[in-house]
Amino acid sequence: MSLVQVMFYVLAAVVVGSAFFVASTKNLVRSIFMFFITLLGLAGLYVLCLADFVAVTQIVIYVGGVLVLILFAFMLSGKENLELLQKQDNKFISLGKLPALLLAGLFFIVMVNVLGKADVDNLQWVQMTKNFMPFPKANDSTVENIGVNLMTFYLLPFESISILLMMALIGAAHLARKERGTI
Amino acid sequence: MISLNDFLMVSIALFCIGLYMIITKRNAIQILIGIELMLNAAILNLVAFGKYDKILNGGDVFALFAIVLAAATTAVALAIILNVYKKYRTIDPDKINSLKD
Repeated sequence: MSLVQVMFYVLAAVVVGSAFFVASTKNLVRSIFMFFITLLGLAGLYVLCLADFVAVTQIVIYVGGVLVLILFAFMLSGKENLELLQKQDNKFISLGKLPALLLAGLFFIVMVNVLGKADVDNLQWVQMTKNFMPFPKANDSTVENIGVNLMTFYLLPFESISILLMMALIGAAHLARKERGTI
Repeated sequence: MISLNDFLMVSIALFCIGLYMIITKRNAIQILIGIELMLNAAILNLVAFGKYDKILNGGDVFALFAIVLAAATTAVALAIILNVYKKYRTIDPDKINSLKD
């Protein structure tokens, strides 16, 4: 096995294992911090896909922004939250959770079947890229190419997403403001 | 070399774990984490296919867009969760069963 394969399997194990822990633990704070590990492992997987810029963005936005936001919401919503968590039954597999487990497991089986039938490694365009295009080396930087493409070919999606982001942030600030008199 | 199949396998596993979390958890924040897991599975798919499109960078660019969208979703969802908590004193989605008036 090459080093890349070893790294891939270690990172995949970290990602899936920590995601399992997030889903199974009863402690909300612990699950948030394990989610942090999942996101970092995913950033590693992105690097293995030769997408270094996406990996850095993942770390900056998810780990730096989203996770801190979730922690804030957790701390602002008080300790009834925690009591509620203690009350719910804590076993990973119990009778009440059986339908959900069944659904998730069956969905997993269906998707694996679809993946086996789709045979993505032999898709025409993937094969064409593998055989005829100059494949980027591991130490090439993709940032310059992404920047040029973002400002030329993907200009319309870029502008619309910036407007949407502004709308979402204004909406969030509007929702989170304190109303006078009502509370 | 790692094949595309392996990446998609990891992404399927993440998606199913997220689905399980959304159905079983009784806390809005944990449900939000489940949604984030599913979004990350989708982004991993985009990036894995984007490995074979290094000229137009379609996969990478739309993975970036998806990350930004996820951040916007989280901000709005957390603001809503805080408001719901202020009104109901709980964030258990099972107990939130009436509109404003």
